[in-house]
Amino acid sequence: MTNSVIQVENLVKRYGDVEAVRGVSFNVEEGEVFGLLGPNGAGKTSTVEILEGLRTLDSGRVSVCGLDPLRNAQELKHEIGAALQSTSLPDKLRVMEALRLFAGFYKRRRDPEELLERFGLEEKRNTFYNQLSGGQKQRLALAMALVNDPKVVFFDEPTAGLDPQVRREIYDIIEELKREKKTLVMTTHYIEEAERLCDRVAIVDHGKVIALGTPRDLKAHSGGATRIEVRLSKPETDGVLKTLDGVADARVVDGTCVIHSKRPPQAIVSLVKHLESQGNELISLEIATPSLEDVFIEMTGRRLRD
Amino acid sequence: MTNFATLTRMRIQLTLRNKMFLFFSVIMPFGFFFLYAGVFAKGNPWGVRYLMGPVLALTVMGSFWGLSAALVTFREQGILRRFHVTPVTPSDMLASSVVANFVLTLPTVLIEFLFARSIFHVPDFGNLVSVFLLITIGTMSFASMGLVVASVTNTMQETQVINQIIWFPLIFLSGATIPIATLPLVAKRAGLFLPATYLVTGLQSAIYWAYAPWSADVLLGLCSLAVWAGLTFFLSAQLFRWEPESKIPRRAKLLAAATAIPFLLLGIWEFKTNRTLALSQAMYDSTNVPSKSAPPAGTQR
Repeated sequence: MTNSVIQVENLVKRYGDVEAVRGVSFNVEEGEVFGLLGPNGAGKTSTVEILEGLRTLDSGRVSVCGLDPLRNAQELKHEIGAALQSTSLPDKLRVMEALRLFAGFYKRRRDPEELLERFGLEEKRNTFYNQLSGGQKQRLALAMALVNDPKVVFFDEPTAGLDPQVRREIYDIIEELKREKKTLVMTTHYIEEAERLCDRVAIVDHGKVIALGTPRDLKAHSGGATRIEVRLSKPETDGVLKTLDGVADARVVDGTCVIHSKRPPQAIVSLVKHLESQGNELISLEIATPSLEDVFIEMTGRRLRD
Repeated sequence: MTNFATLTRMRIQLTLRNKMFLFFSVIMPFGFFFLYAGVFAKGNPWGVRYLMGPVLALTVMGSFWGLSAALVTFREQGILRRFHVTPVTPSDMLASSVVANFVLTLPTVLIEFLFARSIFHVPDFGNLVSVFLLITIGTMSFASMGLVVASVTNTMQETQVINQIIWFPLIFLSGATIPIATLPLVAKRAGLFLPATYLVTGLQSAIYWAYAPWSADVLLGLCSLAVWAGLTFFLSAQLFRWEPESKIPRRAKLLAAATAIPFLLLGIWEFKTNRTLALSQAMYDSTNVPSKSAPPAGTQR
């Protein structure tokens, strides 16, 4: 516990009357990739920005690399690297100039040439920032987060708004950092990102951590059941669906019936029989393997998406 | 110190790549120069020498447009946020932009002097030490005022509106465009409360009458602008905001208004002594009598 690189205890952050972070607690161990997974507005970015020393906290206690992010802000900034959400660079700054400029701010620094190569930006070294594509800008942002060879790296929504191809490239970069045993804290609202990249995940909703553990443990905890999503011609209540043979749990989420089952064939057969008896029709049916989405639905009754 | 130097280099590099810079720091000052020297002074070397003060003052005062716009754009676009996560401090950010602006203003000033000498045959530019000191402190102070404007505005549109509200009195009541001596009494007295008046008069007395830095009139300009530069820079650092969404604190506008205090006090004193207005009048009068284009007897040089 005391060896954790990051310690967060009962963190609270308010913006006026709105409580964005409501008593969040977690620790991050050295060499771990830790994910904060949750919908937009869940309080992930506020939490991370408090850890980076960019925002004040209202109550609670946080420590990063043994330092208080506010009291030791200058010292801490030499130890951390960050790719923030919604930041930019001057339009007429070239890629290599940006890396050299930011490397110049730190006591410890990595060779910008090496970062340029590693993030596949060699050909763009002399390109102005405003001429880069979204994916290239994001790769530069990640490269810049490593320019001081930080002890802890923060990536806030590293793949938000990027197309699947670029997203996969970013995943490869993060997986490489993971192999290097870099301590990394990332926020995301993409389930597959958290499942694929994170050693442990804190699922955050309405400013609170509602589940915390490895993706495997979280899924096992939720029952490890297969998710069957059906749309019907007439509405059906979850109370009735829960009574069907093979159905472990059922909820109606945004007009879709989400059924969890450990015996999917039986559940589907009993559902179809029930619908026939009620004169109801099946419009669509989808079967998904258990994921962190199921954990979120189970905890909140809502889907985890924008 | 290293961060300040690194940022200053970046600001110079970026400004040179900016087309707006070309307009505000090259085309506009030289436009004023040729208008004043060629049209108003009709190419007369003494007339050009008399108008060099206002021309240089306009070049120096233009600093606040560029700096306020650059800082607001950096904040609006989230560029400052990126710097916030590094060990860079607000003072590094602000001081680097002030110094970069000074470095970029100097060549324009130098070229204006070269044109005055080579095209309009101005034989002498008075006391160049006084001129250099006034330009240095003037650039720093007007640049810092730009930073204060940026600290109390959120968007580029707001910044431009405030800049225009400030710009027009500065250029029309200070002697930068219309000689103070020709203004109505009310306008003359209103000008006494503006920093630009002391910059224009100081530069004019340094160039036209070759007043030394320790002469009372140049020293008055230097000291008042230095105090103002210190105050505006200190306040801009206090009110600095990294985040685009961070609100302007309530005290900010009050503190920004406090930057007017030094010239409010100086204006009251000048109102009683009439010193600067008398100096402007004397210089203006002497332009009509070439043989009197030297300081009156007994004036400290």
